Amino acid sequence: MAKEKEQKQPLPPVAEWAPALALSWLVPGGGHLLLKRTGRGLLLMASITLMFLCGLMMRGAMFQPESGDLLTTLINTGGFIGDVASGILYLLSQWLGYNQPDMPGAVHDYGTKFLVTAGLLNILAMVDAFDIAVRRKD
Amino acid sequence: MPKMTLSHFEASMLFALFTSVVLGVVTKRTDRDRLHYGIYTFVCFFVALFGLGWLMYFGHG
Repeated sequence: MAKEKEQKQPLPPVAEWAPALALSWLVPGGGHLLLKRTGRGLLLMASITLMFLCGLMMRGAMFQPESGDLLTTLINTGGFIGDVASGILYLLSQWLGYNQPDMPGAVHDYGTKFLVTAGLLNILAMVDAFDIAVRRKD
Repeated sequence: MPKMTLSHFEASMLFALFTSVVLGVVTKRTDRDRLHYGIYTFVCFFVALFGLGWLMYFGHG
């Protein structure tokens, strides 16, 4: 019963949660910092940033959206979304000219996965920041 | 940007560590639960890593 009531609560105005959500995308952990969840924000920032940097140092490749057969489209578009979800980390790496071709090798492969996973983890952080901003979570 | 060369084990452990921290932070509602869940997730990664490692070892004969 209490859960039903909780679910039926209307969403607060966009102005209340959009800045936290946007900042959360742009700077991993930034949404939490804006919402005064400093400890959690710093942990997210450190983990996601370090993961992304490890991916770069392992010379992982960035995905570009590509069309073709279903699997190619799915992998490349999904990977691209994962990369872009890292926010400023992705943008900076592109602006500074990071352009690693996809090469065979376990370390490169791990690097590519680290880069995508950093973005996917940032999406989880964005969802969490949204939940805090709309008061579904402390 | 310096180049980093890690073994499979080191890369997997790093992956497990970062992922566990984020999953711990975003999924639970109290700090105690977050810590427990983060450790639980890390242990799960660790067990899966060794389990799959041995499976591949025996699979190769």
